[in-house]
Amino acid sequence: MNVNVMIEALPDLIGGLWLTLGLVALALILGFAIALPTALARLSAWAPLRWIAFAYVFFFRGTPLLVQIFLIYYGLSQFEAIRGSVLWPVLREPFWCTLIALALNTGAYTAEVFRGGILSVAHNQIEAARAIGMSPATTFRRIIWPQTIRQALPAYGNETILMVKASSLASTVTLLDITGVARTLAAETYMPIEIYTVAAMIYLALTFAMSQIIHFAEWKMDITRARP
Amino acid sequence: MFDLEGFGHLLLQGTLMTIQLALVSLAFGLVFGLIGAAMKLSRFAILRVLAGIYTALIRGIPELMVILFVYYGGVILLNNLAGWLGYDSYIDVSAFAAGVAALSLTFGAYATEIFRSAIRTVPRNQIEAARAIGMSPGTTFRRILLPQVWRFALPGLGNTFLIILKETALVSVIGLDELMRKTDIAVGYTKEPFTFFLFAALIYLGMTAFVMAVQQRLERRANRGVAGRVTP
Repeated sequence: MNVNVMIEALPDLIGGLWLTLGLVALALILGFAIALPTALARLSAWAPLRWIAFAYVFFFRGTPLLVQIFLIYYGLSQFEAIRGSVLWPVLREPFWCTLIALALNTGAYTAEVFRGGILSVAHNQIEAARAIGMSPATTFRRIIWPQTIRQALPAYGNETILMVKASSLASTVTLLDITGVARTLAAETYMPIEIYTVAAMIYLALTFAMSQIIHFAEWKMDITRARP
Repeated sequence: MFDLEGFGHLLLQGTLMTIQLALVSLAFGLVFGLIGAAMKLSRFAILRVLAGIYTALIRGIPELMVILFVYYGGVILLNNLAGWLGYDSYIDVSAFAAGVAALSLTFGAYATEIFRSAIRTVPRNQIEAARAIGMSPGTTFRRILLPQVWRFALPGLGNTFLIILKETALVSVIGLDELMRKTDIAVGYTKEPFTFFLFAALIYLGMTAFVMAVQQRLERRANRGVAGRVTP
């Protein structure tokens, strides 16, 4: 092991960390925004809405993320209409394409997590809320959602850690996230063991920090904890 | 709907390679998982710590990183080891071997936790009862422990296999001729990335749907005769 190479690689790899963090944060926010309506659509009384949401979730959970990224980054350029549209400056950038793929991917997984959480709310609570004249929106906000998020938090936390790991696929479309920087450095220095070890340690620190944040959130939301 | 322009057999070859990679990784991964679980439940602290490091490392590092590490780093480590043992010709690591190593290590880490919690769900007094009527440890494992562990572990193992099946696509990064890479080649010739990547996606979708169906059948079989535990 050449420790000097490892120390010299550190600043470059930290540079890649920002891209990784940016991708993960944006993908999680967008994914959350996609997941909630999708979970509600999956539980909708209107069948076509259920089918569309099911097809979306089935496709994005049943195919590799790499295919999804390639489908968006390389695939969309096949269509003249897209190349000529106002969206093209966005859709030809590897950053935006990766972000869209990550967001759609985590949105599908998170939708299932939320759906499970919503289904765990006892039905008589909802009936009681309606009986005292609460509107459906207020019922969701006050009765269903707080219980859903508490129930879904462990699985959702897991999903956020999986997103950190999934963001490494950004390196396959030339982006210089932690993995992208590591691959470049490994090819330049011919010292893959040293470089990948440092990169792996950064990922470990990142996933560990996220799991601690999730534990803290779970502890905060734990209703069985005695309140002072 | 799809005009594959004569690249159908190429994609078929890739699909077969993907299936092969996934199944070989599953076989090795199950072995790693059983060893890992045995270590975690061991009386010896050193084995428990080693197994803990193994699962923590694999679960905290991206799979792509594991694949790159095993492929590019593994060659160096292996040759250093061989040189140290006095063997001086160069050893090459194939992309398939590196892929199997990385994916089975990943599967093994998840399977370790699944087996560990499944083994702990079997009440201890059943094992004591088996010993008391004179069953050997081997027979106890085979007749008492295994059928119950299998039942509790199946859902988790099935889900982990689905993850591994999708992650085989990452092995294309180190040049294994599996479905993704063959699709890439077809895209290079036809300049129709959407058509071919969508077709590849549908093949993956077919494979995951098939695995899910098999998983459901196996679960129903493993749960036969257990009251109140009928899978839908």
